[in-house]
Parts: sequence; C-alpha cells; structure tokens
Amino acid sequence: MSTIALTPLDLALAANLLAINAAISWGFGLRLERSIALAAARMVVQLALIGLVLKFIFAQTSPVWTLALVLVMAAAAGVEVVTRQHRRLKGWQALGLSSATLLFIGVAITSLGVGVIIGPEPWYAPRYVLPILGMVLGNAMTAMTLVLNTFCETLVRERAAIEARLALGAERREAVSGALRTSLRTGMTPILNSMATTGIVALPGMMTGQILAGADPLEAVKYQILIMFLIAAATALAAFFGGLGAMLLLTDKRHRLRLERLAAAA
Amino acid sequence: MLRVEHLQAGTLPPLTFEVAAGECLAIEGPSGAGKTLLLRAIADLDPAPGQVFLNGAERNEWRRYVRYCAAEPAWWSDAPREAFKGAASGRAERLLHALGLDAAVLDRAVAALSTGERQRLALARALLDEPLVLLLDEPTAALDPQAAALVEELIKYQTLAGRSAILVSHDRGQIERLAHARLLLSKPETASVAAAAAP
Repeated sequence: MSTIALTPLDLALAANLLAINAAISWGFGLRLERSIALAAARMVVQLALIGLVLKFIFAQTSPVWTLALVLVMAAAAGVEVVTRQHRRLKGWQALGLSSATLLFIGVAITSLGVGVIIGPEPWYAPRYVLPILGMVLGNAMTAMTLVLNTFCETLVRERAAIEARLALGAERREAVSGALRTSLRTGMTPILNSMATTGIVALPGMMTGQILAGADPLEAVKYQILIMFLIAAATALAAFFGGLGAMLLLTDKRHRLRLERLAAAA
Repeated sequence: MLRVEHLQAGTLPPLTFEVAAGECLAIEGPSGAGKTLLLRAIADLDPAPGQVFLNGAERNEWRRYVRYCAAEPAWWSDAPREAFKGAASGRAERLLHALGLDAAVLDRAVAALSTGERQRLALARALLDEPLVLLLDEPTAALDPQAAALVEELIKYQTLAGRSAILVSHDRGQIERLAHARLLLSKPETASVAAAAAP
C-alpha cells in the first residue's frame, strides 16, 4: 500500500475553500463567519490531537491503553446524546443510561466484528478496534439521540392521550407503545436509508479511505459490508435500549407519566 | 369502597374522606380551587402524598377498577373504535344508545366529532368493562340539556348498580340530583366534606 503524503501547504490550500462558506454567510448577513472559523479550527485541532493519540496508542499495542480510549469515546458519545436533546432528561440517569448503553453496544459489536470476524493479532489491536469502535459508536449515538428526542417530544405532545389510556387502566408499556414505535422507527431509518443507497449515491468514508490508502477496491468493499452490518446491529440496539430506558425513566412502577423529569425545552 | 387518606393534591391541604358503594360524592368549588388536581391525584395520574384504598387494596392493585374521565377527553387513534376494542359483545352499542349516540359514531374521525359527542364517547369508553369507581370531571360541560339528562341517567344507574362516583361539577342542580355527599373546595385551607340531602 502506498499513499501520497499531504504537506501542510496542501491542507492550507484546501482551507481556502472555506472562503465559499464565508462569502455566503457574509452575502446573506448570516453572521456565521465566526462560527465557521471556530468550527474549522476545532476540527483541525481535534483531528490533529486524535492523530497524535492514535499514533501513540498504535505504538503501544496495549490492551490497557486501548480500553482507556474506548472508555473515553463511550463517555463522550454519552455526553453528546444528552446534550443534543431538545428536552433533556434531568439528573445523572440520562447520562448514565446513554454512556453505559453505548459502552456496552460499542464493546459487544466491536468485539464481534474485530475479535470474532476479522481476528487480528493480537485481538485487541488498536489499529482495528478503535476505528471500528468509532464508527459503531458514532452511528449508535445518532440512533439513540433520534430515539430519545422523538420519544420525549411525542410524550409531551401526546400527554393527554397517553394519560387517557392510563386513566382507563392501561399499563405504562401499553400507554406509551405508540410513542415508542414512532421513536424506534425514527432511530432505525437512517441506517436503512444508508444501506439502501450506499455504493450508488454515496461511497462510504471508510471504503474511500482504504482505496485512497492503496487497498484493493474489492477488499475495501468487503470491509465496508462488514461495517454496515455491524452498524445496523449497533443502531438497532441503541434504539431499543434508548427507547426502553427513556420509557422506564419517564414513567414509574405505578404506571404514571413522569414528565416533570424532563427539563424545559432548550 | 374508596377511601382517601391524607391525600395532598397540589396546594390543597391533606384530605381524608370515603365514598361508599353506590354513593356519589360531588366536588364543588370555583375554577382554580384544585378540583381537577384532586381528581387526578385520586386517579393516581400525578404523584401526591397520601393513600387511596379501594376495598382495602392499595393504588397499584386497583388501577383497572377506577376510571377517570377528563373534562376534555383525549384519543389515541383516528377513530374512537380503537378504544372500544375488546369490549363484551353489544356492550358498547348499549352504552352509546343510552347516551343518545349511534354506533356508527365509532368509525367517524375523532377530529370530525363534536365536543359533546367526544365527551359522551369518553364516558362510554370508561364504562366499557364495568369499573367499580368513576371519577368524572365535568361530564356534562359540553352537552345540551337533553344529552346532559341522558348522562345523568347513566351515572345514576351506575350508582344504583353499586358503583361509586366522584363528580366534579359546576351545576348545582346536577349535584342535587346525583350527589349523596359534597366536598367543597373553596379556599385550600377550608376544604370540607358536607353531607348533602339525599337526591
């Protein structure tokens, strides 16, 4: 495999493209210039840092370092799920729910993909574990965010109808089943769209990266197929646990709706 | 039958009272006095300190036997039919007939029904599987006198059959016709149960 190394000058040349974003912002008075500059700076710094971290961890090939980064990634994904909510769940339970669930899903699915299917030597080889975990976590995080957002919004909007069912003797699972179904469908739709259009509309980033790095396109495609299946399972699990957890947190054992556990809309 | 012990709904003081089988208790008071809050707390829709026992059983054991009808009933499907699924054969039709409604109303869109039709459908829905206690929040507020009379007849029939009812109403005449006892919520600190003349 061979790659053409990029020089800082090459990247600086590409950075000039942001002038297009800035021009549109300026032309329409969007006042996004500052945000564009900040987001671009964050992207460069964050990627540079993770590049250094990965270089260090790849050099160690130690299960402890790999595990440490796994924990950091899962926690960051959990925080992201909570902060992206329009109506957040109050207290630490939401953060605990999202971080713990994402950690479980990330570890389970990545172990299956890397440990059982790919089988690198050693099995915890960070070169395989971390990129795959990143993709699994990123997609699981999106699914969980969508599910929680839709579920909480639906409960607030349909409160009267849900309480009508509870007042007629329905149990909590029965009363919120409609909201749960809607939110699970919302959480699982992006991966279905992605699977259905991949290769036609979009060439996935990982496959493109492997091809750019000199891999045989057919090998890259096989990896991409594996990843898509892993992501599909991860998003389904994230949607399921997210929905189930939110249902348990927003109702109680006496089958009451507990919407006061939601913070006011952001 | 239904015993409320030190139940504290919203800013109301803790209330203790009992509604016997076949009895109707009316809750009276001006708007904002907390009548709906009290009814919701009895129905265990909102967390509230205190206890409510049905024939000695605690709340989680009796939820299927106590039905709460909101002043503005909500629906979870496009047509009311969904809410009447699983009812004993002919029961829905008999209830609707008693309330002056045709069974065809079950298949019309909820959005196309009048407020009064929705209110009577909600009462029928609550009575489907013969609950022991009815918690009714202004059940005739949206009804013309004729339909209101049918609803009152049905409530009376329910109490005669041994069921209990707690009725929130602003209609003095209705309270006199239906209630065996009254709970007056004027100011939170003076809430009291007063016996009313037998209807």
